[in-house]
Amino acid sequence: MSESIISVGIDLGTTTTQMIVSRLTIENTASPFTVPHMEIKHREILYESPVHFTPLLSADTLDAEAICGIIRQEYDNAGIEPSRVQTGAVIITGETARKENAKEVLSALSQLAGTFVVATAGPALESVLAARGAGADRYAKEHGVYVLHMDIGGGTSNLALFDPEGQLLDTGCLNVGGRLLKLDEHGKVYYVSPVVQEIELGQIVTPQALAPLMDTLVQALEEAAGLRPATECLTRFITDKTVTLPDAPLVISFSGGVADLICSTEENWLRYGDIGVLLGAAIRRSKLCSGTFTLGAQTVRATVVGAGSYSTELSGSTVTCSDAQFPLQDLPAVSLSAAETALPARELAQVIRKKLSIYEDTAVLSMKGERSPTYEQISDLADGIAQGVLSAPVVVAVEHDMAKALGQALRCRMGQGTPIVCLDGIHVPEGSFLDIAAPVAAGAAVPVVIKTLAFS
Amino acid sequence: MDKQELKTLVAQLLREMDVETPKEEAAEPQQGIRDLTQVDLRQEYHVQDAENGQAFVRLKKKTPARLGLGRCGARYRTDSMLRFRADHAAAQDSVFSLVPKEFYERHDLPFVQTMCKDKDQYLTRPDLGRRFDAQNQTIIRQVCGSSPKVLLVIGDGLSSDAITANAADCAAAIRQGLKSFGIELGKSLFIQYARVGAMDHIGELTNAELICMLVGERPGLATSESMSAYITYQPRPGISEAKRTVVSNIHRQGTPAVEAGAHIAELLHIMLQKKASGIDLR
Repeated sequence: MSESIISVGIDLGTTTTQMIVSRLTIENTASPFTVPHMEIKHREILYESPVHFTPLLSADTLDAEAICGIIRQEYDNAGIEPSRVQTGAVIITGETARKENAKEVLSALSQLAGTFVVATAGPALESVLAARGAGADRYAKEHGVYVLHMDIGGGTSNLALFDPEGQLLDTGCLNVGGRLLKLDEHGKVYYVSPVVQEIELGQIVTPQALAPLMDTLVQALEEAAGLRPATECLTRFITDKTVTLPDAPLVISFSGGVADLICSTEENWLRYGDIGVLLGAAIRRSKLCSGTFTLGAQTVRATVVGAGSYSTELSGSTVTCSDAQFPLQDLPAVSLSAAETALPARELAQVIRKKLSIYEDTAVLSMKGERSPTYEQISDLADGIAQGVLSAPVVVAVEHDMAKALGQALRCRMGQGTPIVCLDGIHVPEGSFLDIAAPVAAGAAVPVVIKTLAFS
Repeated sequence: MDKQELKTLVAQLLREMDVETPKEEAAEPQQGIRDLTQVDLRQEYHVQDAENGQAFVRLKKKTPARLGLGRCGARYRTDSMLRFRADHAAAQDSVFSLVPKEFYERHDLPFVQTMCKDKDQYLTRPDLGRRFDAQNQTIIRQVCGSSPKVLLVIGDGLSSDAITANAADCAAAIRQGLKSFGIELGKSLFIQYARVGAMDHIGELTNAELICMLVGERPGLATSESMSAYITYQPRPGISEAKRTVVSNIHRQGTPAVEAGAHIAELLHIMLQKKASGIDLR
């Protein structure tokens, strides 16, 4: 038994705008004689758009019309109707996210793209998607090593750290990229990112003149990777935070437009009208490449492949979804600690009521749950939730395999007709947002996108 | 060193040993003997000087198989050998012991027994484990009534541990799940010396539309607590085994009993709608 869904990824970056269409194949990997276990078994890219330059009206404003035009054209080229797209993500990344009309453009695009194409921004999510798109998590798992992934784009370098199991540990973001300066064919600077103070607008530069800047940028990356002790140089380039490194050797992995230039033999340093060629070469000569390093399976397309093929996860395969309307989008996560879920029902209800009262719309109650709960534990938990929730739909996300039993217990308490969505097998941390698509495989499992903005 | 010196030395050594020995003896009984069966084999790795032990440890987390346990010469290490025998003993105990009376009394499960007189007969005569005598037939008719929509019965099968560990939670979850679909479940039975086919005789006696039997699986060395649910639409003696649906591997390390119960409840709901089970359902 297999089923496939169409997913789209759109990356609106500092320098480039790209789109991919992929097909995710969902299969039951359990034996027919046990409870089913649905998994996304294959991710196949059906269409890759060319790499477009992100259209701008001015330095601070995106050209919304031109961007929508590109995407409409790419849907035509791919031969796909937006109504056939079941999942995916539009991600606005790097410096683009800081443009004045970024939010409007993002929501316009996600409406254009299909019903369950989620709109996302934020350096943490961008780091994760780029790293997954490049395959850094799979590299870590296959080789049993810590991997620090660096997606070096036009405006930012997004960092993601994975443990030897391929689990995400941390993310970070630095203002280091290939387009911090834009140059005309004579080497005259016509754009300077606010993070660069060494160079002035209108200056004519040479590789020699830019060498100190390259050293500084590379030094910041080296410090972030723990190859040098951290100094003010690193602090200067951090956008929100950098990664906390493990006390163990790690492999550095690269993606992003600059990754392609690390091992290239490009001789014309002004080839792309920016500092990408020089930065790539400087990274190649640095400590970053003196140990084991790897180029991602995707480089310039890592983020868009991540958004298209790796943003969607599948819930556990025994879940409850009754009487709910899908998709459910942008549900803020409210987490309950193990101590809280173990409270007597009435006290738990009070905790839940208090936590939910700050949200006007539906929030998702997120908890760890029990590895092998007793019926009594399920009943107590259901009592607490049923008494505590203020409005329908009731949305619960548990990590351990218990959502179907909990959902049925909630149905018994809240009556038929109350929309209840109870999912397991997913971790929705406090502060993140959850998007839930319509169930697949005859209701066995549910595709979700967890938009993690911060990591605890 | 002359004879005298040697004597003194030996005497001194003996004194020192005397002082130390009672201490150890006093300490040991308090600590007790380590319960080998409580060690999680998925986390045990004992190969000396492994090329990449960490990688093997990560693989081991996925299986309870006895791999990477090291060796002493051509043999198992003592711990591996003892653990093997302990697990084997647990499996045997689970087959040969009875589900205690307290279990079915506490959960208000009326007791019936197949035509087997004891465990030996149960193990050697599968045919008798599928039939009931006149007295037990009367109890079954009384408890289950006539033409029930769904019946849930619990049989010991080949593992009494599986039933005491999982059946009550699983049955409660099935009952609740059916209720959430608007189906009320009547009283359940406990069957001693039960084979899966015993449900066919119950089907004939009660004219039940659908019967679900929770039954202990033949224990293995990984767990002695694994339970299955066999579900048959209109079970009657002689029905093909292909008409049964099975949900296996219900235990702490497999599918948790409660979650399995919720899944089974939904399956029962679907089977009643489609009027089929086993391969007819697919």
